[in-house]
Amino acid sequence: MTYGPDPWQQTQWDWRAALNVACGGAGSGLIVNATWAAAPGADPASLLLIGLALVGVGLGCVWLEIGRPWRALNVFINPRTSWMTREAYAAALLTALTLAAAAGRHGALGLAGAVALLFAYCQARMVNSARGIPAWRQPMLVPVLLGTALAEGAALLLIIRPTDAAGRPLLMTAFGVLVVLRAIAWWFYRSRLERVVAPPALRALDAAGRVLVLIGTTLPLLLLIGLAASGAAGAGAVLTVALAGVLVLASGLWFKYSLITRAGYNQGFALVHMPVRGTAR
Amino acid sequence: MTRWAMVADLRRCIGCQTCTAACKQANATPPGVQWRRVLDLELGEYPDVQRAFVPVGCQHCDDPPCMEVCPTRATGRRADGIVTIDYDLCIGCAYCAVACPYQARYKTQRAGFAFGDATVSEALRHDEARLAVATKCTFCVDRIDDGLAQGLVPGIDPSATPACVNACISKALSFGDLDDANGPVRRLLDENQHFRMHEELGTGPGFYYLWDKEAAP
Repeated sequence: MTYGPDPWQQTQWDWRAALNVACGGAGSGLIVNATWAAAPGADPASLLLIGLALVGVGLGCVWLEIGRPWRALNVFINPRTSWMTREAYAAALLTALTLAAAAGRHGALGLAGAVALLFAYCQARMVNSARGIPAWRQPMLVPVLLGTALAEGAALLLIIRPTDAAGRPLLMTAFGVLVVLRAIAWWFYRSRLERVVAPPALRALDAAGRVLVLIGTTLPLLLLIGLAASGAAGAGAVLTVALAGVLVLASGLWFKYSLITRAGYNQGFALVHMPVRGTAR
Repeated sequence: MTRWAMVADLRRCIGCQTCTAACKQANATPPGVQWRRVLDLELGEYPDVQRAFVPVGCQHCDDPPCMEVCPTRATGRRADGIVTIDYDLCIGCAYCAVACPYQARYKTQRAGFAFGDATVSEALRHDEARLAVATKCTFCVDRIDDGLAQGLVPGIDPSATPACVNACISKALSFGDLDDANGPVRRLLDENQHFRMHEELGTGPGFYYLWDKEAAP
């Protein structure tokens, strides 16, 4: 490892941490969307359980990453200041409520959705609280991560139940709005990074951002607009809807993976004054 | 009140890394872990290039970002300003490491020794409790506490002073109580112009860098 004024990529959080952010966001986003977007009369249980499983996969990855996994319960000790602790509490609550909702307990569905949103927020704040990484501590990252969670959750809904989704214009419109909001949040976030983030981190974010905007926003919207304009139905429509979901999901996951493992540059060291030896320069 | 702080005189530091070696000897840190290290920085562009040697490590901040994010309260801050880690509480999540703007924290997953197998000295001083958890500079807190118990003055009496400060051959490093008006740290800060690393982040480091004598009034 070299140390110097130039920032370097952090190595403490790797793909496992990235998977936590990616799976946790998409899973909680799916639970949020399942509370309102499951087809009328359709049982949302499978959606809820898939969402919860994704959250669990993310947390499992973190468990594999921590140095002392058998002390993992210590994570609950500091809710007063730590967003990681708050994320853990939200996850515990989310598990209980989602299972209750999947079992058909009255009133649990709405609560599960609210706590899923809280979980996604905690996770976004957790990354944002890492003050050693300029690209992460930018406050606009919170809406970006929330936006990606909701958009990817909706995308999962389209992928899992494309037949339901294809026949529901309101759902498709909401999906489009979420995707556009995600792109807008990215744009605001990106506009605040100039001269704050190290050039290699900026290049990594720009590459992921291009994927997010072109492949994860423009292309799926064009697909869905084309579908609506053509009035097509049947297998072609279902496939188009699922493809739009895949594009939104994959681009969001890639963005979060890049954010953690490629754009996690620290700010290096800086001297605001050079030592004056002899005559000042 | 006491607020322990360290001062590095950038005009004096020659980058000999004696402090780094002294820290490794005093704290038995494994290969690749340098709680105290000295950066060799070249800044500027040819022909206007300057070189500086910059001792860095945990800055023992007033508002430590590492402590705020720690989910286990393993990281704490004593009333005298020293930021500590309870190795028995830490889960090794490394959240503190990505929250620290000074890259001061390390996590060593498994035991490592300089020449493969542990030397007698390494075997004697190996500490399992420091594996897979966060570690960092402690300001040699054991020496400070033991010294105070014996009525010694940290920063003045060598056996109560951090090892890196004792070892510095050019007296670039100093240590003492920031609130002691007659102490070495306060005197150096009063007599010289100084700054702290990444001050704009508001962490309030307890580590000061001297760069020039006090400007004439």
